[in-house]
Amino acid sequence: MRHSTIYTILFATLVCVVCGVMVSGAAVSLKEKQQFNAELDKRKRVLEAVGIAQPGEELTVEEVEQAFERIEAVVIDRKTGELVPSIDPATFDARKERVDPAASEPAPQNQAGLTRVADHAEVYLVRNDAGEVEMLVLPIEGVGLWGMMYGFLALDSDLQTVRGITYYEHKETPGLGGEVDNPRWKSFWPGRKIFQEGEVALSVIKGPAPPPEENPYVVDGLSGATFTARGVTYMIRFWLGENGLGPFLERFRAREIT
Amino acid sequence: MAVKKTEAALDPLFQNNPIALQVLGICSALAVTTKLQTAFVMCLAVVAVLTVSNVTISLLRDNIPNSIRIIVQLVVIASLVIMVDQILKAYLFEISKQLSVFVGLIITNCIIMGRAEAFAMQNGPVLSFFDGLGNGLGYSAILMVTAFFRELFGSGTLFGVTVLQLETEGGWYEPNGLMLLSPAAFFIIALLIWLLRIWKPEQVEPEG
Repeated sequence: MRHSTIYTILFATLVCVVCGVMVSGAAVSLKEKQQFNAELDKRKRVLEAVGIAQPGEELTVEEVEQAFERIEAVVIDRKTGELVPSIDPATFDARKERVDPAASEPAPQNQAGLTRVADHAEVYLVRNDAGEVEMLVLPIEGVGLWGMMYGFLALDSDLQTVRGITYYEHKETPGLGGEVDNPRWKSFWPGRKIFQEGEVALSVIKGPAPPPEENPYVVDGLSGATFTARGVTYMIRFWLGENGLGPFLERFRAREIT
Repeated sequence: MAVKKTEAALDPLFQNNPIALQVLGICSALAVTTKLQTAFVMCLAVVAVLTVSNVTISLLRDNIPNSIRIIVQLVVIASLVIMVDQILKAYLFEISKQLSVFVGLIITNCIIMGRAEAFAMQNGPVLSFFDGLGNGLGYSAILMVTAFFRELFGSGTLFGVTVLQLETEGGWYEPNGLMLLSPAAFFIIALLIWLLRIWKPEQVEPEG
């Protein structure tokens, strides 16, 4: 069938308008629910690091909210370590910021495989019943064997003792490096110590590590996953070091942030 | 048109499978088949998009100006895919995260546009519906079988339930890491095509 040019243009316009209305309608009406999901998802990750939830365990919305009554999310300036109250943690997206030239910078020399780092970071303050900060949950990221690994490290308020670790996104080989999300391996972490004479000393070694009482500065290696283990060590060195979240830890240690 | 509904719906399962015979839609077949759960949701998404797009294009077929028909098809398909993606993000967040960009890439899945152009432009909405359904199920059949083997031998689980106890969990099974990498899907799909052509020798292309 032949159609005139006018008809073609009108038809195209009509199709675009109808499709546009449908797509934007769906996007707008579902936006609230999607944001809620993204936020809930992030919170579940934090609870995994703290040890309240296990990966893959489905916490209900109420359980997450109840646990989060004692957890405060704050956005901090990576370089100065100061709190940045002007950024709402609910909408802060570290990954977006990392690729935004205006809000990130080329990473300083590091072994964690990072090329850019964001200017801000979202950390979580976990309070005890008395309202004092009991733990910090810090974001960590770095390269493993196959690609970026994203996780959280839960640190005691003494800034020395590990309380838990979790990796929520990685591309490591299942059964080898992929064991970073295995609860058994994660159970080796609590009680390990980070700093020795001001330097990050904790590392993932090859083979089994002695219990924390004997040598708290090493964690069991992942057998057959040397690169993944190295990646974990390097990213902890970077993120707890002066180019990572070090300035924030300093301020916390000086009780400027409570 | 001598095509019957049952033919339109059942032919693409084995007789004229979009993946196995036409070798379309391979990209997503490699990417989302490491787990049955993600493969299953991907299949649902493709079936939904394929049937609705086929019906929509078929209803519009006499009114679509020939010179812009491909673009119109693409606009309809893209709109449907975005809506499916939005719905997944709102109601199946975990899975939509695992599927990541591959839901969006349904837009470029050749099966969908192929059916719109080759079938829905010439046939009525009812027949097009069954054609879309059939091709969606044909795609799904291959995806699910591939995902079954990849998840079972790669992770020792089926739909996330442990079937083969892994060594690292104190069991006996040492997982096959290759199964979780994309080439494994190539091997499995190739074997499926081989088996299908032994069963139906008329699908073998003439040599020379």
